[in-house]
Amino acid sequence: MKRNKTMTITQKIYVALIFIFLYAPIVTLIVLSFNASKTRAKWGGFTLKWYVSLLQDETILDALGTTLLIAFLSALTAAVIGTIACIAMSGMKRRSRAVLMGITNIPMLNADIVTGISLMLLFISLGFRFGFGTILLSHITFNIPYVILSVLPRMKQLNPSVYEAALDLGASPLFAFFKVTLPDLMPGILSGFLMAFTMSLDDFIITHFTKGSGLNTLSTKIYTEVRKGIKPEMYALSTIIFVTVLVLLILVNITPEKAQKENI
Amino acid sequence: MNSKKHLLAAPYAAWAAIFIIVPLGMILYYGLTDKSGSFTLENLLAIASPGHARSLWRSVWLSLISTAVCFLLAYPLAMILAGKKGRNGSFIILIFILPMWMNFLLRTLAWQTLLEKTGVINSILAFLGLPALKIINTPSAIVLGMVYNFLPFMVLPLYNALSKIDENVIHAAKDLGANKIQTFFRIILPLSVPGIISGITMVFVPALTTFVISTLLGGSKVLLIGNIIEQEFTQAGNWHLGSGLSIVLMVFILINMVVTALFDKEE
Repeated sequence: MKRNKTMTITQKIYVALIFIFLYAPIVTLIVLSFNASKTRAKWGGFTLKWYVSLLQDETILDALGTTLLIAFLSALTAAVIGTIACIAMSGMKRRSRAVLMGITNIPMLNADIVTGISLMLLFISLGFRFGFGTILLSHITFNIPYVILSVLPRMKQLNPSVYEAALDLGASPLFAFFKVTLPDLMPGILSGFLMAFTMSLDDFIITHFTKGSGLNTLSTKIYTEVRKGIKPEMYALSTIIFVTVLVLLILVNITPEKAQKENI
Repeated sequence: MNSKKHLLAAPYAAWAAIFIIVPLGMILYYGLTDKSGSFTLENLLAIASPGHARSLWRSVWLSLISTAVCFLLAYPLAMILAGKKGRNGSFIILIFILPMWMNFLLRTLAWQTLLEKTGVINSILAFLGLPALKIINTPSAIVLGMVYNFLPFMVLPLYNALSKIDENVIHAAKDLGANKIQTFFRIILPLSVPGIISGITMVFVPALTTFVISTLLGGSKVLLIGNIIEQEFTQAGNWHLGSGLSIVLMVFILINMVVTALFDKEE
């Protein structure tokens, strides 16, 4: 690509318009979380009361807990299974590796609604009770591909001689793996984990078909509230989540740049 | 350890068999049988009934429009971002992933507030003396919702493909006398085909199969094929028909995959 350090005015306007398009709904939700009027159609003045009542709203806090727990557990399990699968694939014959990768791509390429109902049919025929377990199994299933796709490129960059050198120097295979291979794979595993966590957090469709009744994640809770009107506490909660992530991202992105500059 | 390495694939292979392959088999089974368990093609042929065919046609049409709009919006953006040196790529990617941390149902619902008759956008238009926008609860609102939700899936692969193009190739084209337009159509565009392909797939499939966006922005007046399937499973309780229609949907996804794979081979 032709690389210019600066953008022209037209380019700047174009990028700005796209960002307004992407972030306008988010700004809207943040504004709504401070809206004293209960309907989202009109502005009733500034208030913080939804943030206060959020802390007493047990159904929302329960849904938040379920959502976070499922996101964490499913991303963690997917990271472990996915990483092991990547190591295995590096020792596999070309053909069987291609088959496994093909299967891995199915949940990525297939429609969420099909993945959701196919898992629902599976759980019904296995006689599973719908609830936390079925949601977790489903989320692990669609999360593993994200981990594999982010660890595999790292795996290919690995230099096998380092691992072999460790063995020659007397390390056991397991010790060499934890001391040599794993640290090299870590950035890939971490970004796969974060991607999986985000996907799990934002999923509605697959959870919708595999949750059964009684248990709600934030997404399914919002969906049931659509007709009667979203509780303003929900806007307050999403604002808190969004701002937290935004602050974390800014911190993470600023630190390495600073460190790099200091090194130079 | 190397010789036995492939044995480590066992946990994942088992997982994939149980939770990816078997469930798809179940859809095939339900889709090709009736309630008594005997083989039938009725559930597949049900797609031809007027109501279903109209929904399918509408889904295909709206998702094609959304994919085209996403492509036209995303390509210039990806080119601008890829051409901007110095900024690290991960920061740009994060900006597109960041909105996902706000629940996508809420983000889509926010468009109701923005698009309503007396909503934010119409207030701004009225202030500027422009005519009001009446697209809420219409197919246009659904297209907008699709473009909004799936645009990042188009931008990211395009950005990846474009930022990988070697600057020297473009310089070479220019040295050999190609003008800007020629360089774009003969160098940049062909080299970005892998990104275009995966972008199209990542937008088209979720747009074709969504039932949420049409529920939230179509005012439940505009039924897509996703809505029909969802209703068969959660309300009508006819899993056989729902599975049959899902198989038809998967055929469309497969066609998309085959077409994109063919394009990929040519490159």
